Amino acid sequence: MLHAFLLGLAGGALIGAAVGLFMLTTGRVAGISGIAAELTGRWPPRWAQNLAFLLGLPGGLLLWRAISGAEVPVHLPGSGLLLIAAGLLVGVGTRLANGCTSGHGVCGLARLSPRSLAATATFMAVAVLVVAVRRFAG
Amino acid sequence: MKILGALASGLLFGLGLAISGMVDPAVVLGFLDFGGLADGTWNPALAGVMGGAIPVAFVLYRLAGSRVPAPSRAMDARLIGGSALFGLGWGAAGLCPGPALEGWVSNPRALLFVAAMLAGFAVVPWLAGRAGGARS
Repeated sequence: MLHAFLLGLAGGALIGAAVGLFMLTTGRVAGISGIAAELTGRWPPRWAQNLAFLLGLPGGLLLWRAISGAEVPVHLPGSGLLLIAAGLLVGVGTRLANGCTSGHGVCGLARLSPRSLAATATFMAVAVLVVAVRRFAG
Repeated sequence: MKILGALASGLLFGLGLAISGMVDPAVVLGFLDFGGLADGTWNPALAGVMGGAIPVAFVLYRLAGSRVPAPSRAMDARLIGGSALFGLGWGAAGLCPGPALEGWVSNPRALLFVAAMLAGFAVVPWLAGRAGGARS
């Protein structure tokens, strides 16, 4: 349990560094739902930055696989229908709220935004509730 | 230069999600499942991630100074309702946008989630446009 926490802390520090680097080089908040949403609709002039960032994400997984010499597991729910429904909810929800775990949860809290604190508290509470209902409903 | 900065940021972000285990929905759900505190299966990794990321980002945002957008106090039903819908999807599958846009390289089934998420992104401005059109 301590091991998982420390890996989280180390990975989190890298995420914080990534968010800072993105601001220092591009002048933008590293909100992943916002960056990815710009792929839909008309592409803005900064499309190449968006694509570079979004290609970097899977690159990071491949890099960790090469460094650690181990597979990086991604356990998904067995139901494709559940994956699609969850994806729709996450897409619509993050667009309405203008941010997700990165934009509100990390960047927003790091700039002490009350709006992001409210968003983060809401999606955390609802997600915990969903998991609790699923646990107790079997 | 900005493109290189964006690529390096994405790589670093992706590396952080992979090392912390956040790219694996099982680890995220292991945190969200507080019932696991009773049977010893609770996974604190996500708490570590927030504890590591926010202070580092806070310091670097101080360095960036006035380029960082000023925090906003504005609250509305759209922010809270949208966040609740997001939490519903996040809790159901254990996936949020970053890990989904990264994890497909390890488990291509994540692309089902990604495709649905992109459709969700697209539908919001489309609906807003229709609502605006109906009003005018």
